[in-house]
Amino acid sequence: MENLEAIKARLESLVPGAQLAVVPNSAVPAAASLAVDPAHAVAVARFLRDDPGLRLDFCSNVTGVDWLEAVVKEKVKSRKLVDGMEKEVEETVEHKRPGYLEAVYHLYSVELKHGPLVLRQRTANRMDQVRVTSLTPVWRSAEFQEREAYDLFGILFDGHPDLRRILMWEEFQDHPMRKDYVEPDDFEYEPTPHNEVLAKARRHYPLEERA
Amino acid sequence: MSLDAGLRSELSKQGVFTTSLAELYNWGRKNSIWPLNFGLACCAIEMIAASMARFDISRFGSEVFRPSPRQADLMIVAGTVTKKMAPQVVRLYNQMPEPKYVIAMGACAISGGPFKQGYNVLKGIDRYLPVDVHIPGCPPRPEALLHALISLQQKIAGQKLTGPDRPPHLQEDAPSEYPIPVFGAYDLEPSKNPEVWQPPTLARKE
Repeated sequence: MENLEAIKARLESLVPGAQLAVVPNSAVPAAASLAVDPAHAVAVARFLRDDPGLRLDFCSNVTGVDWLEAVVKEKVKSRKLVDGMEKEVEETVEHKRPGYLEAVYHLYSVELKHGPLVLRQRTANRMDQVRVTSLTPVWRSAEFQEREAYDLFGILFDGHPDLRRILMWEEFQDHPMRKDYVEPDDFEYEPTPHNEVLAKARRHYPLEERA
Repeated sequence: MSLDAGLRSELSKQGVFTTSLAELYNWGRKNSIWPLNFGLACCAIEMIAASMARFDISRFGSEVFRPSPRQADLMIVAGTVTKKMAPQVVRLYNQMPEPKYVIAMGACAISGGPFKQGYNVLKGIDRYLPVDVHIPGCPPRPEALLHALISLQQKIAGQKLTGPDRPPHLQEDAPSEYPIPVFGAYDLEPSKNPEVWQPPTLARKE
C-alpha cells in the first residue's frame, strides 16, 4: 500500500476542501493514521474503498477515543540572537488542547491483501458538538460498531440508519467509557482491596477494631 | 412416625422395606430435578459438558433440560449476569412453577467475579433471587456442578412436609415470585432486593 502522505496528496486533489492530516503515532511503528473532517468523511471513505490502488473494502473495527482537555508540551526549535550570535535554541511551548472525541476506523483490503489504514474523525468538543459522519453507507460492517461507539462514548453519527444503544439499556443516561464517567456507588465487599478499590472500601466499611 | 435408624437397617436386612410419605415424596422429587435450558456465559459450556456422556448428569435424574420455564424445577444461573440481563433472569424464575430451586454457578453468578468492580455486571444473582447452592470457580468443573446437584438433592431429601420449617412451596404465604428490577437512568432499580439479600457487615483490616 502506498504511504499515507501519498494517499493524502491524492485525496486533496480529488476531494476538494477536505481537511486531511496525517497523525503520527510514536508508540507503534508505522501506525500513523489519517484524520479527516466529518464534512468530507463519506467522500474520502468512498475513495479509499473504490480506488483501484487501495480497494479498502473491509472495515474491521470502529472504536472511540475520549481525549480530555490537556496541556500539551511541545519542543520548538528556533534561531535566535544570543549574545550577538545566532544560535539554535530549543524551547518548550505549552498550549491548551481542548477535549474532543474521536471515532477510529481500521480499514483493510481483502482483495489486495493490505492494511490496516487507520482513519480518524474528530468531534469539535466533548460536550454539545459530538457529531461525526457515519460511514455505515460505505462499509455496512460499521453499523453495530458505530452504535457501540455511540453507546459507550456518546459520539453521534450523522447518517447512521439506526443509531440506538447496543450494549446498555435504552433508559441508561450516561456513556460509560468516557473518562469522566462516574459509576453507581454500589461497592459491597472486596477481600483484598487496593488502590481505587481500597479508597472505596474506606468510604463504605469501618476499620476493624483491634483487640 | 420416625422409625429408629437401627431398627430400620435390621428390617431391611430381613427384606422388609420401610418408608414414610415424606421420604417417598422427597425421593421422587430429588431424583427428577429438571433444569431450565439456558446459559449466560462460559459456565454454560461446563454445564453442557456435565450433561454429555463423559460426566452424564442423567445419572442423577437431571438430564431433561427444559426449554420452557413452565416445565423446569431448577434454574442453573451459569455465567455472568449483566445488569441488562438480570430482569429477564428474574422473570424466568418467576415463571417457573413451585417447587423451584436455584444453583448459582461460577464466580460471576455468585459475586460478580472479575467484573465485580465494573459498572455493568450484577454482583451476584442472590441480590434478586433466593439461591440454594453457590458454586465457586471460574468456570467450575462439571464435577463441581454435579456436587452442587447432589448437595441440592440432599437438601430436598431432608425437607419436612409439615411444621413451621417446611419448605417454601408448602407455605401458603411464602413468596413464589420476586420483584423484577427495572432499568433506571444509571443502575437497576432497586439495585438489590433487601428481602432476599442484605450486605454483610464487615470491617477492613487496614
